[in-house]
Amino acid sequence: MTRRLKEVDAVLVGMGWTGSIMARELSRAGLSVVGLERGQDRKPADAFALPGIRDELRYALRQELMLDPAVQTVTLRHDDSQIAQPVRRFGSFLPGDGVGGMGTHWNGQTYRFLPSDHKLRSHLSQRYGAKAIPEDMMIADWPIGYDELEGHYARFEALCGISGKAGNIRGEIQEGGNPFEGWRSGEYPNKPLKSSQGGVLFAAAAKSLGYHPFPSPAANASNPYTNPEGVKLGGCQYCGHCERFGCEADAKASPQTTLLPVLAKDPRVEIRDLAYVSKLNYDRKAKRITSVTYVDLRTGEELEQPAGLVILSAWVFGNTHLMLHSGIGTAYDAKTGKGTVGRNYCYQINSGAQLFLENEELNPFMGTGALGMVIDDFNGDNFDHSGLGFFGGGYVTLNTLGARPISFRPVPPGTPAWGKEWKAATAKWYRHGATISVQGSNYASRGNHLDLDPTYRDPLGRPLLRMTYNFTDNDRKMSAFVTGKAAEIAKAMGAQHVGVRARSGDFDVVPYQTSHNTGGTPMGSDPHTSVVNRYLQSWDAHNLFVLGSSVFPQNAGYNPTGAVGALAYWAADAIVGKYLKNPSALIPA
Amino acid sequence: MKFLGRLMALMLLAIVAVGIYGVWNLATTVPPVAIAPAIAQRQPDAAHGKMVAILGDCAGCHTAPGGEPYAGGVVFAIPVGTLYSTNITPDPDNGIGKYQFADFVRLMRLGVAPDGRRVYPAMPYTAYAKVSDEDLQDLFAYLREQVEPVPHASRAAEISWPLTMRWPLAVWNLAFHKALPFVPDATHDAEWNRGAYLAQGLAHCGTCHTPRNFAFAERDTDGSSFAYLSGASFAGTAPINLRGNEGDGLGRWSKEDIVQLLKSGRNPHSAASGPMAEVVGFSTQYWDDADLSALAAYLKSLAPALGDHAVFSPDETTLKTYLDGQATSTGARIFLDSCSACHRLNGQGAMTAFPGLAGNPMVQSRDPASLIEVILAGSRLPSTASAPSSMAMPGFAWRYDDTEVAALASFIRSAWGNHAPPVLPGQVTDVRHRLGAE
Repeated sequence: MTRRLKEVDAVLVGMGWTGSIMARELSRAGLSVVGLERGQDRKPADAFALPGIRDELRYALRQELMLDPAVQTVTLRHDDSQIAQPVRRFGSFLPGDGVGGMGTHWNGQTYRFLPSDHKLRSHLSQRYGAKAIPEDMMIADWPIGYDELEGHYARFEALCGISGKAGNIRGEIQEGGNPFEGWRSGEYPNKPLKSSQGGVLFAAAAKSLGYHPFPSPAANASNPYTNPEGVKLGGCQYCGHCERFGCEADAKASPQTTLLPVLAKDPRVEIRDLAYVSKLNYDRKAKRITSVTYVDLRTGEELEQPAGLVILSAWVFGNTHLMLHSGIGTAYDAKTGKGTVGRNYCYQINSGAQLFLENEELNPFMGTGALGMVIDDFNGDNFDHSGLGFFGGGYVTLNTLGARPISFRPVPPGTPAWGKEWKAATAKWYRHGATISVQGSNYASRGNHLDLDPTYRDPLGRPLLRMTYNFTDNDRKMSAFVTGKAAEIAKAMGAQHVGVRARSGDFDVVPYQTSHNTGGTPMGSDPHTSVVNRYLQSWDAHNLFVLGSSVFPQNAGYNPTGAVGALAYWAADAIVGKYLKNPSALIPA
Repeated sequence: MKFLGRLMALMLLAIVAVGIYGVWNLATTVPPVAIAPAIAQRQPDAAHGKMVAILGDCAGCHTAPGGEPYAGGVVFAIPVGTLYSTNITPDPDNGIGKYQFADFVRLMRLGVAPDGRRVYPAMPYTAYAKVSDEDLQDLFAYLREQVEPVPHASRAAEISWPLTMRWPLAVWNLAFHKALPFVPDATHDAEWNRGAYLAQGLAHCGTCHTPRNFAFAERDTDGSSFAYLSGASFAGTAPINLRGNEGDGLGRWSKEDIVQLLKSGRNPHSAASGPMAEVVGFSTQYWDDADLSALAAYLKSLAPALGDHAVFSPDETTLKTYLDGQATSTGARIFLDSCSACHRLNGQGAMTAFPGLAGNPMVQSRDPASLIEVILAGSRLPSTASAPSSMAMPGFAWRYDDTEVAALASFIRSAWGNHAPPVLPGQVTDVRHRLGAE
């Protein structure tokens, strides 16, 4: 028997970045809020303390802070001619788990998308002609312009105390920042991190080639910082344990270090961890969600939480899966192109060039998640794509994120993979190896999508989410082009050896690439091609708002968290400023 | 001679008998308490009583972690056994539900329960004796009217005979507890007097921060001597000197620094740790700014304690030695490896995130027990309304042995201009034993 709980004003599914932001904003507006989180509630002072948190085997390789695929996973096929198989160990991407979500164990690279990324289809049509866009490339304009979102980007950056150097303040190009970025209302809240030696060399080489290097915007506080919530971040110690770890110094912005201490004191907010939401209960006629059903993983009891407002903040997979499984909206059909839920699923096309500098002491162990020098000259549409045969691009960066003993073993191309020679090479090159990475965009393609798997089920008896995904020719050409630029910079740095690895062939779910999965519940202006409107409100249930990168119509060549945070504040403003006054569809379908 | 001897023996016996009778009488008599008519007719203010409970940090001892408010059960491990705080909810059988106001006053000021039992002076009635009639009345009203009754019996102390006998406490009270009311000092302004009233009374600062005599009584409860709040060794920790000394006291802190520490648990010089972190968490963070300011004004008026107290004079030598690559002592190397990332090579820490160690009174305290405890077991900032992050320092008991911790503590106590005496390995051994961190 499902036990029905007392109704609350709002229930959130997922307590990562977006859930935490929304909980705070809704409580600020006076609502009672329940946050349901599938994973554990880990407190930094206990769970992320020395010495345990520096255990690379436990956290980086055995992925303790990540979702256990035995609890939830996806099936994968490259196209609809194949039968999808379950992913039994996460590799290429690592879904988060627990209060704080992926904000707990991210690197902290916090970008804004380009103004042209916000208007992608109209921008490319205008510059290259509508016919230049391939027919199966399902790119779309965001229903929100960059100018409208600027203040929300700034708000998320202030929450996190982002360290960086502005490149464009109200149209004035700033020396040392990214000249390609959209305008900013002000400087970053914190000054840039101290560059690594690799970054210094990268910046000099990039400059010599006529490019525009700038420090990576980092959620690793260069100095202790008090955010507008009154929460304090410590100063980064460059310990090199960001990605896949919690921060021992409270220096990496995460829900734990920016918002959760405030939510913990808030009598209107209750966070229930180990609460696994199985379904949204949908009243099709009234076009609203009445409640959510979840399983208390401590007791196994099934509970129903009625709420006036339902927020999906369960990442790409959770958001799309719950909408499909709950029958909200129409599932996307790749054959007919009809339906919306599950469409525009995108990933990112990451690649790199490994370089070796025999005479430079790079001290790669002194690093942090976003300790990079970056060029944006080949991102988005910052360069002329005429005649290149592809759209999109990526930033190129030398990021010194640490050099942990198990996984950081750079050896020049041609070195044996094991044995005496390999040992000698890792000893010789450990302090002299670095990687220039490319964070490449991924534009939606007609065949790439998410739906429910016909065969495999999860422990709650629901069909698994099925991913149909492969790289496209556009992706491979883009990757070859931008990775070539990375190799060019590596050579200009004076590297003795350069190993170039552009992305080619089929998508491989085994080696880690990025956890920047996007789409599935895209936002848009047309209910026939999008799942949520410009306020991230479902077209099919007016009291349902969907947060996170699942609303991206396509993925840009940036880490998505800056845009995800900005959109969460944007949606919160719409709910508080518009929806609560008149709970109904904010835009007529 | 025989007769004289017998007579003297008899007289001695009589004196002893009279003495025993006197003590017995003293120990079993419930001392009378008079309630002034003005108070008896006054309408108590339970809402204000809630603030009084906060000022007195009642919850700090009477609310167990995760337990119901004021239901007691907080564990106090003392050298002779274990005490548990009592249930002070209005439950009639287990709490103070059957108390008359006079019973409450007797307990708060004299340490005597309605049945005549003497309470252990772990309950700071020596300080609460100075609380005004009005405040006590409001507090009583709050506990009676606004606190939920909880039917949990208070847990008996686990102490073995003969220390279970309470009657000697009556003698102790006779000798050491004057139970005098707070007397305002007309030579000071109203703010100072408010601060003195809080420090000596409700806030019972002296319970931890004033040194005690051979009989475990505070050497000064009214601020009349340099001993008052001059730092102590108490329950294995070392509550700091709150007087104006520049090394181990608050001499270099501004009034605002004191307010900031009490309000947020941290200030540019230091951070609350150990029991003080609990005091901030339960009590001082909720005080009115005016009361914090008054307490700070009073503390700032306390002249430096005399005698052997560490001095501090800022000194660049330590930093320079590091930068020259010459810091080779065991303590300096351990500091570089395990401490400097947060506390920095200049010992300044980082704003109010990581406490500075240069000139930090806790670091230079005469008794190094608190410093040793933080090194061994780590520490955690209290989460306060104005500073919600509960930043934590990890413990290093697992990494360094007693000799190394002593070397590290000695280094910290003598670097950057600190001038506190070195720490011996045996002192670390004691703290490690108390923490069970062997």
